[in-house]
Amino acid sequence: MSLLEFRDVTRQFGGLRAIDQVSFEVRENETVGLIGPNGAGKTTLFSMASGFLAPSAGEIWFSGARIDGRPAPEICRRGLVRTFQIVRPFGEMSVLDNVMIGSFLHHRDRAEARADALAVLRRFGMAERAGQPARTLTLAGRKRLEVAKVIATRPRLLMLDEVMAGLTRVEMDEIIALIRSLRDDGVTILLVEHNMHAVMALSDRVVVIHHGRKICDAEPEVAANDPAVVEAYLGGDEE
Amino acid sequence: MAARALLLPLGAAGALLLPLAFGNPYALSVVILALLYAYLALSWNLIGGITGQLSLGHAAYFGIGAYTSTVLFADLGLTPWLGMLAGAVLAGIAAVVIGLPCFRLRGAYYALATLAAAVILKVVVENSNELLGGPRGLDVRLLHDAPLYFQHTSKLFYYYVVLLLVGGALAANRWCLRSRFGYYLTAIRNDQEAAAALGVDARRYKLLAAVLSAAMTAIGGTFYAQYALFISPEKVFGVHLSVQIAVICIIGGRGTLWGPLLGALLLLMVVMRFEPRGVIALLGRALSGSRRLSGKAAKVRREAA
Repeated sequence: MSLLEFRDVTRQFGGLRAIDQVSFEVRENETVGLIGPNGAGKTTLFSMASGFLAPSAGEIWFSGARIDGRPAPEICRRGLVRTFQIVRPFGEMSVLDNVMIGSFLHHRDRAEARADALAVLRRFGMAERAGQPARTLTLAGRKRLEVAKVIATRPRLLMLDEVMAGLTRVEMDEIIALIRSLRDDGVTILLVEHNMHAVMALSDRVVVIHHGRKICDAEPEVAANDPAVVEAYLGGDEE
Repeated sequence: MAARALLLPLGAAGALLLPLAFGNPYALSVVILALLYAYLALSWNLIGGITGQLSLGHAAYFGIGAYTSTVLFADLGLTPWLGMLAGAVLAGIAAVVIGLPCFRLRGAYYALATLAAAVILKVVVENSNELLGGPRGLDVRLLHDAPLYFQHTSKLFYYYVVLLLVGGALAANRWCLRSRFGYYLTAIRNDQEAAAALGVDARRYKLLAAVLSAAMTAIGGTFYAQYALFISPEKVFGVHLSVQIAVICIIGGRGTLWGPLLGALLLLMVVMRFEPRGVIALLGRALSGSRRLSGKAAKVRREAA
């Protein structure tokens, strides 16, 4: 069944229509890749689903409730979380404290939140960095922390915004393995990624956005050979 | 570990016995004012330090505390101990009224908006001759040795009261830093949007911190009124005071437990370098700007009455 659903969502910025009547759904336990050239409107879709931006028109539904225009904290408590493309660690706080901000969603008690956060860090292979200030992590470490923070809130659906951008091949393979293991745990994932290798490796289905419109919604192999998608990525005659 | 465990009782014992070291009341009065500043800086720390919202309008809450208890005592005979609680509640309400619009602003804009809020309150009080005494201020009726009415001729009384306040404020800060509440406030200071994405209702937590901070600051206002036995808009609502509270906390280390105390200690050490009489004048100026002038005005009024 459908967990997250965009229904004719439109977002206008002044005269620019960043998202134009986009509809698609993410089903329970599915991993969907959301791809498209730069400026296609992928992050705008994320921002609308996570409560940071209200759609100009259309509706967004999550787990049977309409969530467009609701505040971000409420959407997070419902189990829909996002990471930020430009990572946003709480720089002055330790790695452990960063993850605790996520785990406090389910614990009032500090010791319980700490135990929970430590478990997440162990799973992410970051336990030995627990006491280190978050700002001292490498980019790969900060990307990983970005995911650890939201996983600590125990989401039902995870929206990942380019968590692999800027990583080396080895670092990327590590994070792909991590995302696979999260998927195996039953977390539904909506993935924005530029890297085709990663998208193809992870996604059950791919949604392609171009100039704010959905141009394809199919299995990865089908999408990769779709003429409209190829044209969007390689450029048509008019460009 | 053992040394650390001893530190707290030793510090407490030292603070309790400290007045014995002073031969003259001037030195003690300097310490009392320094402790009052420490208390105010600790109160400010909750919103300005831990939450990172640079409030430059905390004199508003200080003034509300001072005026509420003083007016309730003058008009209804209510003991300032209870008036203090009424002032704290009123200041908490004021923090919501000020915070709701101001928390939409960030950084310098927030600081300026809070500064404006305190200035507006000062102007309102200055223009309310009938009810609040206008720019001349209000005297607290003298009862001499009346601890039940928050008054005493001995400075020791005030020393122990302000010591208790500082202890309470330290406990409040410590609790805050170690609870979910404090973790959330720290996250908000670091990155409000990122905190919201993790389910933190930033506006709600900022308001809670502001209310707690304002209520504590108001209690400091009542203490000041009972200690100086005279309040005026310039003294308790003045911009100086707002800035000084913030600066002490920032110098000592905002967002930390001992920083505000350290800031006040630094102030005390600077002041102690001067001769005692100069000390009083200096602190008096720091607190009000025109202490001697308002003191004279009060004297003239007493003679006229």
